[in-house]
Amino acid sequence: MVSGQGRKGSSPWPLVTSLTTPLPILAPLLQYFISGLTNGAIYALIALGFGIIFNTTTIINFAQGEFVMLGALCAISIYHLTPSLPLAFLGGVIIVSLVGLAFERLALRPVGEASPLTLIIITVGAGVFFKGVAMLLWGKESYTLPPFSGEAPLHLGPATILPQNLWILGLTLVLVLALEAFFRLTLRGKAMRACAYNPRAARLVGIAASRMVQFSFALSALLGAGAGILIAPLTLGVYDMGTILGLKGFAAAIIGGLGSLLGGVLGGLLLGLAESFTCGLISSGYRDAVAFLLLLVVLFLRPRGLLGGRQ
Amino acid sequence: MRTKTWLVGWALALAGLILAPGCGPGSKSEPYVIGGIFSITGPQSYLGEPERNSMEMVAEEINAKGGLNGHPLKLVIYDDEGDVTKARLDAEKLLQKDRALAIIGPSLTPTSMTVLEITQKAKVPLISCAAAASITSPANERAWVFKTAQTDQMAVSRIYQYCQKHGIAKVAILTVSTGFGVAGKEQLLSQAAKYGIEVLAQEVFGEKDTDMTPQLTKIRGTAAQAVICWGTGPAPALVAKNLKELGLTLPLIQSHGAASKKFIELAGDAAEGVVMPAGKLAIYQQLPDSDPQKAVCKEYAEKYQARFKAPESSFGGYAYDAQRMLDQALMKAGRDQAKIRDALEGIKNFPGVSGVFNMSPEDHNGLTPDAFVMVKIENGQFTLTD
Amino acid sequence: MNFARPWNRWVLFALVALAIAAGLDNEYYFTLLNFIGIYTLLVVGLNLLLGYAGQISLGHAAFFGLGAYTSGILTATCGVNPWLALLAGLALSGSAAVLIGVPALKLRGYYLAMATLGFGIIVSIILNQAQPLTGGPSGLSGIPPLSLAGFPLNTARRLYPLIWLAVGVILALSANLVDSRAGRALRALHDSEAAAASLGVDTARLKLKIFVWSALYASLAGSLYAHSLNFIAPASFGFMFSIKLVAMVVLGGMASIWGSLLGAGVLTVLPELLSVFHDFEMVIFGAILMVVMIFLPRGLVRGLLDLREFRQYKRKGRFPGFLGPGA
Repeated sequence: MVSGQGRKGSSPWPLVTSLTTPLPILAPLLQYFISGLTNGAIYALIALGFGIIFNTTTIINFAQGEFVMLGALCAISIYHLTPSLPLAFLGGVIIVSLVGLAFERLALRPVGEASPLTLIIITVGAGVFFKGVAMLLWGKESYTLPPFSGEAPLHLGPATILPQNLWILGLTLVLVLALEAFFRLTLRGKAMRACAYNPRAARLVGIAASRMVQFSFALSALLGAGAGILIAPLTLGVYDMGTILGLKGFAAAIIGGLGSLLGGVLGGLLLGLAESFTCGLISSGYRDAVAFLLLLVVLFLRPRGLLGGRQ
Repeated sequence: MRTKTWLVGWALALAGLILAPGCGPGSKSEPYVIGGIFSITGPQSYLGEPERNSMEMVAEEINAKGGLNGHPLKLVIYDDEGDVTKARLDAEKLLQKDRALAIIGPSLTPTSMTVLEITQKAKVPLISCAAAASITSPANERAWVFKTAQTDQMAVSRIYQYCQKHGIAKVAILTVSTGFGVAGKEQLLSQAAKYGIEVLAQEVFGEKDTDMTPQLTKIRGTAAQAVICWGTGPAPALVAKNLKELGLTLPLIQSHGAASKKFIELAGDAAEGVVMPAGKLAIYQQLPDSDPQKAVCKEYAEKYQARFKAPESSFGGYAYDAQRMLDQALMKAGRDQAKIRDALEGIKNFPGVSGVFNMSPEDHNGLTPDAFVMVKIENGQFTLTD
Repeated sequence: MNFARPWNRWVLFALVALAIAAGLDNEYYFTLLNFIGIYTLLVVGLNLLLGYAGQISLGHAAFFGLGAYTSGILTATCGVNPWLALLAGLALSGSAAVLIGVPALKLRGYYLAMATLGFGIIVSIILNQAQPLTGGPSGLSGIPPLSLAGFPLNTARRLYPLIWLAVGVILALSANLVDSRAGRALRALHDSEAAAASLGVDTARLKLKIFVWSALYASLAGSLYAHSLNFIAPASFGFMFSIKLVAMVVLGGMASIWGSLLGAGVLTVLPELLSVFHDFEMVIFGAILMVVMIFLPRGLVRGLLDLREFRQYKRKGRFPGFLGPGA
């Protein structure tokens, strides 16, 4: 058992400690907040994946969660072959990007401009398919991946956070800024958004729509895989981890607004916080329901989400 | 077009139905047909797969020696995928189509509850591998149902005895939202007073949850002296890790659902010092030679590892014990199902992997809390503790 | 016999059903057939929604669960008459469908998909957590059988006529709906909502009506399910089952009433047939959803027939419009 007094020296956060010590009720709240943020960052990463594909194609890719799972498991397998985390990360991310490309090419391109209904069913089917394949390849076991920079928890006053959580938070922030910049400022990004508005018009002005779509799937799969590899040290990798993550990430994307990447991140963080506080303050049994309750509330009160601009 | 369409459709459907029973009339007169229903795929496959493997292993051995009284064993095993509907269908199939003499399984409590409804009606012996006490009690309503898994009742008794011995009077419980977890929670709450234990917090987590820090943070705010975690699968290992991350110094007591090498592997360093009740299989090397279970556990562990190239588990042990007891009953009773039932009920002093079984008309589980020993994880190994 | 005439089909349906009943003597087959019947009820409703209203419900298992648990709780715990409990289940599911459908269907696009997804998961969690009421994850047992005038329907064989009578009635009702004025409006709706609206079809109201009907069928199926197993557990009413239902609709053919029977039948019997391939079940389901939607969007049978006769449809790669009244 690790002793609670295992901190080396005094706490580096005197302000936090001084605030929470006289008010012991604040200490758990701080921990809920931190847990919520770190879980929320995971949902945010997944919501980003949904957002990218939606921004380019208006498709909702219900297989997004499985990209997360595949990334985690591929990285774990690579790590078992060569114990190098960077290699495992790179390998996992590349393999899943290829899977994303293949998925787009083989399952979505043939239907062309099909109805959203058809596309939803296809992506749902793909999700189930990937899960089934993963079960055949990796079995039903859970697997571990070592954390990127050690397991020693860091102390934020009375609360703790893991280095891995900081990786997740940091990367999410970097990614959302990079992606927002990409979609708003670069020509390619704008071209991709144009494809979503009106693929035919986009093609008329010389945008290779199919290229854009391919790129969006590869990017989304890459993001998903990266998210999976980041969280695997914390959550373990297992063939069915993608389903609930995909669903919650989707809820986060809707809450934040499908068209807005920043919204997706916000939605994810909000969701994580809501779950954490509900679990700690109200009831741990209904924790999973929070995501979907929020989803319903947003759908019925403000369907375009918090930051969503267009329909 | 319309005619063709649905005529073809009907033809396909009916063909499927007719082909469904499979070819052949079913069981021949010679072999003893034993049915198995396990959750081989689905979320609880860590239960079903070793159970099916163990059952097959025993049958192979018997058949290699010429069968039981000359009758080979024919196993018909179905996968219920952890689904109640499937389990029901599988049971009907075993009873009606395959004409099984007896059925071993299912792996879970809900599936066991639905299967026993029809096996009782059909007067076919059922040996379940699931944990809940309600599978074999009330005894007068479960004449045809037996079980080999130790009940949660015994595990909780052992845990609370341990708590008493170590001066732990206030606990917080953290249980999983499955049948196993709910049954465990009921036992933890109902037996607490008997051992002078006060339960200060009752938190739950989902089977697939990956972060239990909010629940543990809440528990930290209470005056609990220990955390009792009741679950199976990877989540209890994550609880151990979360506990360590939060810097909580409270002792962690797990249920017997965590008594597997996988738990140690997944929890890593966080598994150090964790205590739990376990069947003797987990520490059989540390048992004195005079312990009747030592030989059985050793044989099972070595055979399972050699045959399946995978670590043995106490879950597989449930099916192993069930099949061996059934073999004993079949040797005595032959095909008469009522006699098989009686023979099972009369089993005394049967050393199994899960415990020493003493069946009786009132107790179709046949185990006492001694089937459990308390183990502690030290240096990545299970060690007997007090 | 001219099978193009509607009521001849029903006669054939009844004859086949009776022949099967007389020919089989095995409880197992009757249980299997009963499940096919129950699932058909579910699939027909979903089919109407998907095929005619062009909306998808990704949480249909929730209505199934609401019906099953209402029947289960009221009869097992409160001793209410099973038939009344069934009606109560219908009322509950219908109300839930209205509550969700009204806001979700006012908007265009696939908001219903998302709302039903959320709803489905929430119901699943409640069934699991509300232990005092629902029995929790270990399930609810001791559900009494249905009885007709004192005659208990407590074996699969006895339930078979009731279930298949219900199936027959529902299929007839649905076929009627599809051929009626409302049905034609529905098909117009599916092809182009804007056009339908411009012709004065109240699209939102129509979609809601279909959604509520599908929920009622699902609730009926749930109640029948509860009384045939006499035991229900929350795991049977989760997200994966909702997906399975979609697979059944897709396989049988969207907008095909009889296709619902085919889809339900094939996807219930196939896992039993191929018990060797249990590990592959997920892969197969996923593949069915993808392959059928990409290559045979009108379902297995019609798709194969179409493929043989209308190859150019496939080459264009476009989702074909509907060619006539479904059957």
